[in-house]
Amino acid sequence: MVVKVYGPAYASPKRVLVCLIEKEVEFETVPVDLLKGEHKDPEYLKLQPFGTVPVTQDGDYTLYESRAIMRYYAEKYKSQGTDLLGKTVEERGLVENWLEVEAQSYNPPMFTLTVQIMLSSKLGLPRDENLIKESEEKLGKVLDIYEERLSKSKYLAGNFFSLADLSHLPFTQYLVDHMGKEYMIKSRKHVSAWWDDISSRPSWQKVLQLYAAPFKN
Amino acid sequence: MAIKVHGYAMSTCTARVLLCLSEKGLEYEVVPVDVANGAHKQQPYLSLNPFGQIPAFEDGDVKIFESRAISKYLARKYKDTGIDLLGSSSLTVSTIVDTWMEVESHQFNSPMQAIIRQMIVNPIFGIATDEKIIETELEKLGKVLDVYEERLSKCKYLGGDFYSLADLHHIPYLVYFMRTPKSSVITSRPHVSAWWNDISSRPATVKVAETMKV
Repeated sequence: MVVKVYGPAYASPKRVLVCLIEKEVEFETVPVDLLKGEHKDPEYLKLQPFGTVPVTQDGDYTLYESRAIMRYYAEKYKSQGTDLLGKTVEERGLVENWLEVEAQSYNPPMFTLTVQIMLSSKLGLPRDENLIKESEEKLGKVLDIYEERLSKSKYLAGNFFSLADLSHLPFTQYLVDHMGKEYMIKSRKHVSAWWDDISSRPSWQKVLQLYAAPFKN
Repeated sequence: MAIKVHGYAMSTCTARVLLCLSEKGLEYEVVPVDVANGAHKQQPYLSLNPFGQIPAFEDGDVKIFESRAISKYLARKYKDTGIDLLGSSSLTVSTIVDTWMEVESHQFNSPMQAIIRQMIVNPIFGIATDEKIIETELEKLGKVLDVYEERLSKCKYLGGDFYSLADLHHIPYLVYFMRTPKSSVITSRPHVSAWWNDISSRPATVKVAETMKV
């Protein structure tokens, strides 16, 4: 039985897709149209009661929350594909540290920028320029800290590529491709080198080929 | 002492780590950070947490920040000390714990943080409370707690039938929230209320909550 991943067109599910490719795990995808509100359908809510994407189904085992799903597959298939969790408890601790940074500090302003710049016109809402400016400033401060970190360490958790780096791929790709804010990455030498490295991984290139961004400007 | 937590008792994120340490029965030292004088935004603190946030953590040579990463590190490294807070016996079980830790992080934390800021933090700094924000965020929180009510009607704890980090991560904000006039949001939901009564009466919770004075 092959893993099913719901909502492949969107950013959060892409964390799961790139992780599965790195771990050499086969999968199928099931489209979910957020603009049509399919994520709030009673059938979908049975799978994911909070009404967000992604969900995965692996036979009877249903999971949601992209970072929990990534950790599960990275752990389950530890012995195949790329090691994404580190080799020791201490290395794992650093992977979790930077995955939390992504979730708590990087993702919120990034998500706001995505909604404001890429989605608001689709939702018939005006762009909030103040909020965009504020979010860009917050994100800039976070990227300054990344610049310092990545001047000492090739990847976020250490000298190995991990879930902590991978988790940044989908929304950062939106930033550079669809929001006209590539300079935020390019203007920071070590962040730029890190971005070039992780975004050119064959696994990520494959995801981009298969599943285009749903909301382009 | 090998385990050091840089922070202070009132801080919810510090409490998250202290709860984990207490549940595991691990020895530790709290290194106070002079937040009032901005010590957390300067060196040497920034070399422990470059975001200038509380807490930071050391275990011998290991240095980690982000309270939820610290608690997971402790639960893994000291798996065989005290209770198992991750459901480590099986990956499918520990993943359900992980899922509800993510739910706390991405669904529960944001409205709760906004409400606590308005009701408890702002008054300390003489900033006016915005009732509209409280109302909006309480509505969001209510919808999240409806899902929790359903979940807790089927199992005793969020991660399954055992207490875990999935429950523990909620405690710091709930300690403050239950002291506000809005606590009925919890008590009006029978399964959520029973769950709170259970986890708040654990000795480790009582011990840490006592130090959380505003």
